[in-house]
Amino acid sequence: MTHNTPEIQERQPLSNARLGILVLLGAEIMLFSGLIGTFLVFRVGNVTWPPPSHIGIELPRAVTGINTVLLLLSGYTMLQARRAIQRDNLKQLRNWLLITGMLGLLFLGVQGSEWVQLIRNGLTLQSGVYGGIFYVLIGCHAVHVLSAVIWLFIVFGMATAGRFSAARYTGVDTCTIYWVFVVALWPILYVLVYLS
Amino acid sequence: MHDNEHHHEESFISKYIFSLDHKMIGKQFLIYGLLMFFIGGGLALLFRWQLAYPDQPLPVIGASQQYLDEGEVVTGADRMWERIYESDKEEWLETNMPSGVITPEFYNMLFTMHATIMVFFVVVPILVGAFGNFLIPLMIGTRDMAFPILNMLSFWLAVLAAIVMAIGFFVPGGHAAAGWTGYAPLSADPQWTGVEWGQNLWAISLLIQGFSSLVGSINYITTIINMRAPGMTLFRMPLVIWSLFIVAILLLLAFPVLSSALALLIFDRLAGTTFFSATAEGGGDPLLWQHLFWFFGHPEVYILILPGMGIASELIAVFSRKPIFGYRSMVYAMIAIAFLGWIVWGHHMFQSGMRPGLGSIFMTTTMLIAVPSAIKTFNWLGTMFRGSIRFTTPMLHGIAFVSMFVIGGLSGIYMANTPVDIFIHDTYYIVAHIHYVVFGGSLFAIFGGIIFWFPKMYGRYMNDALSKIHFWLTFIAFNCTFFPMHILGVGGHMRRISNPQQYEFLQGFEGMNIFITMSAFTLGFAQLILVFNFFWSMYKGKVAEQNPWQVNTLEWEAPTPVPHGNFGQIPTVYRGPYEYSVPGEESDWIPQAQPEHAPATSGD
Repeated sequence: MTHNTPEIQERQPLSNARLGILVLLGAEIMLFSGLIGTFLVFRVGNVTWPPPSHIGIELPRAVTGINTVLLLLSGYTMLQARRAIQRDNLKQLRNWLLITGMLGLLFLGVQGSEWVQLIRNGLTLQSGVYGGIFYVLIGCHAVHVLSAVIWLFIVFGMATAGRFSAARYTGVDTCTIYWVFVVALWPILYVLVYLS
Repeated sequence: MHDNEHHHEESFISKYIFSLDHKMIGKQFLIYGLLMFFIGGGLALLFRWQLAYPDQPLPVIGASQQYLDEGEVVTGADRMWERIYESDKEEWLETNMPSGVITPEFYNMLFTMHATIMVFFVVVPILVGAFGNFLIPLMIGTRDMAFPILNMLSFWLAVLAAIVMAIGFFVPGGHAAAGWTGYAPLSADPQWTGVEWGQNLWAISLLIQGFSSLVGSINYITTIINMRAPGMTLFRMPLVIWSLFIVAILLLLAFPVLSSALALLIFDRLAGTTFFSATAEGGGDPLLWQHLFWFFGHPEVYILILPGMGIASELIAVFSRKPIFGYRSMVYAMIAIAFLGWIVWGHHMFQSGMRPGLGSIFMTTTMLIAVPSAIKTFNWLGTMFRGSIRFTTPMLHGIAFVSMFVIGGLSGIYMANTPVDIFIHDTYYIVAHIHYVVFGGSLFAIFGGIIFWFPKMYGRYMNDALSKIHFWLTFIAFNCTFFPMHILGVGGHMRRISNPQQYEFLQGFEGMNIFITMSAFTLGFAQLILVFNFFWSMYKGKVAEQNPWQVNTLEWEAPTPVPHGNFGQIPTVYRGPYEYSVPGEESDWIPQAQPEHAPATSGD
C-alpha cells in the first residue's frame, strides 16, 4: 500500500501505518468524549443516580471489577506478544496473541451474560436515560473490543503464515496500539458508569 | 528506479472509477461536489420562489391561474397536473407541491436539505476532498497519499452517503425537515415534523459521511507529516497545505462528536430511548443535542473557511508577484482560529437558555477570533500592497474572497455580542452572515482554485471570457442576493418562515424579497456558465504549458498532464513557497525546487 515513496519514508521515526493508527485514536477519543460527555450531563443533572424509577437495579460491580482485571491482563499479554516478535520469536508471538484474544473473548462473554441478567432485571435500553446511556456507552466500547478481537485474530492468522519477523512487524504494532487503547479506555468507563 | 515511471495501461474502471490515484480521486470529489452543488442550489431556488411569491405556483412546472380558478387546462403544466390528480397513486409532486405550490412541510424540507447538502456534500467535499487530494501530494512533493486504498474508500463512502441522502427525498413523510442543525427534540420524534424515515436517513447518511472524512483526514495528516519531499520543512509548506493540514485535524476531532450525537438521535428515533426529550420518566436533556452538535458545528464552520483562506493566500501571493506578507503569522493565525473554534460553540446557543455569565465567556472567546482573522486579512492586503498585481480571473476570485470574508466576518462580530444577538438571532441577519462567509468566502475561493489549478488537472485552460462573465455575474448577483438579507434580519424577518406575508410587519419587505429571489435566480443561472466552461474546457480548452501562471510551488514542477506517480524524480526543496520579485534576481519567481546559486552577476 505504501510502496510509492520509500526514499522519503525511511527517514521517518514512525511508519505511515503506525502514525495512521495513532491519528485514528484521536478520533476514537473524541467519539467517546461525546458519549462520556452525554453520560456526565445525565449523571450530574440527576440528584439521585440511578434515578428514583430505577432503585433496586444494581449494576454488577464485583463481576465487572474482575472483568476489568481480565481486560487489563490482556493488555499486558498483548505487549508480551509485541515483545516476542521484537525478539523474532514467532511461536511465542502466536501464543501470546492467542491468550490475548481469549481474554478479550472472555471479557465480552462475561459482559454479555451480565447484560442478559440486567435485561431480565428490567434494565433495558428504553428504561430512561439511565438504561439508555449505559447500553450505548458500554455497548460502544464492547463493539470496539469485538473489532479489536477480530483484528487480533487476523494478525494471529498472519503470524501463523509467518508474515512477521523482528524486522517486519508493523501489523503486530498497529494492532497492539489499538488494543492498548481499548484496554486503557475501559477502567475510565468502569469507574464512571459502575462506581460513580 | 521507479516502477511508476513506465506507462501503465489501465482499464477504464481502474482508471476512472475505482482509481487509487490521488489526482483522479481529487477530480472525482470535484465533480461530485459540483453535481451536489446544483442539487443544493436548485433547492434554494425553489424556496426563494416561495419567499418572494408565497403560495403561488412555481414558474414552468406550476399550474396556470385559469386552471387553479376554473379547472381549465391551458398549459402543458396544467395537463401534467390534471394527469397527476386523476391518477389514484399518491404522486410525489402532489404531496409536496400541489399544482406547483410549495407546501409549508415541503418548504421545511427544502431549506433543511439545501444547507445539509451545501455544507456536507458540496463545500467540504470540494475544499477538502478535491483540493486536498489533488494538491497535498503534488505540493509537498510525493507520489501519492499515504494510504491510496483508504483514499478510494473515502470517496466511495461519500458516494454512498450521497445516495442514502438522495433516497430520503422519496420516502413517505419526506426528507428531514428539522433544519440542517437537526435540533432535537424537534428531530428526535416524528410527531413534531411529521418526518419518518427522512430524518433517519439524514442521520445515517451523515454517519457514513463521517466515516468518509475520518478516513480522509487520517490520510491527509499521515501524508503531510510523513511524506514531504526532502527539504520541504513544515515552514516551507504552501499555506494551502497548512490550511488543509489544520482542517484535517479539525475534521478528525470534530466529526466523531457529531457521530456520537447522530447515534444517540438514531437510538431516540428507532430504539425508544429518550436522550433528547425531557419526558417525566425518561429524564433526557433537550439542550444536549445543541451542545454536541455545536461542539462539532463550530469547528465545522472553520473547516468550511480555512481551506478557502489557504487557496486565497496562494492566489494573492502568486498574482501580486510578492511573497505572502507574514508567512509565519498566517500559519499561527490559522492555528489560533482552529484552536479558538473549539471553545466558542456556546455562541450558537445564547437564546437557547444559558447562564448570562457563561454567555459572556462565549462572547469573549468568539470575539477573540477576530484577532487572527484580522491578522490574515491585513496580511492579504499587505501582500497586495505595491505588488505587480495581475488581474487574472483566479486573482479576481481571490480578491472577492477577501472582501466578502471581511463583510461576513464583521457581521459575525455583531452576532457574537449577546445583547445584539437577542435581537438578530434566528433572523435573516444570520442567513446573510453564513452566506457571506461560506458562499462569499469559501465558494469564491473554490471557483478561483478551480480556474487556477485547472491547467494542472486537465492540461488545458478554462475559457477566460466565460470565466470572467461568470465571475462578474456571480459577484454582483451574490451581493444583490445576500446583502439585503442583513436589512431583512434587522427588520425582524424570521429565518425559517415559509410565508412572510402572513405577518403584517413583514409585508413591507415583499419588494425586497422579490429582488432577492430575482438575484438568486441570476446567481443560480450564472453557475451554469461555470459548469459549461468546466466541461467544455476539459476537451476544447486552450492547451496549457507546464507552469502557466509562473508559480513557485512544487505542483507546477510536475509535467502536464501529471503522470501516475507525479514526478520523474522527487524534487528537492531549497526555499520557501513565495519567493516572488526577489530583489537582484532576473526572474520575478524562483521555484521551490531551484537550487541555491551564486547571486546574480549583473548590477553589483
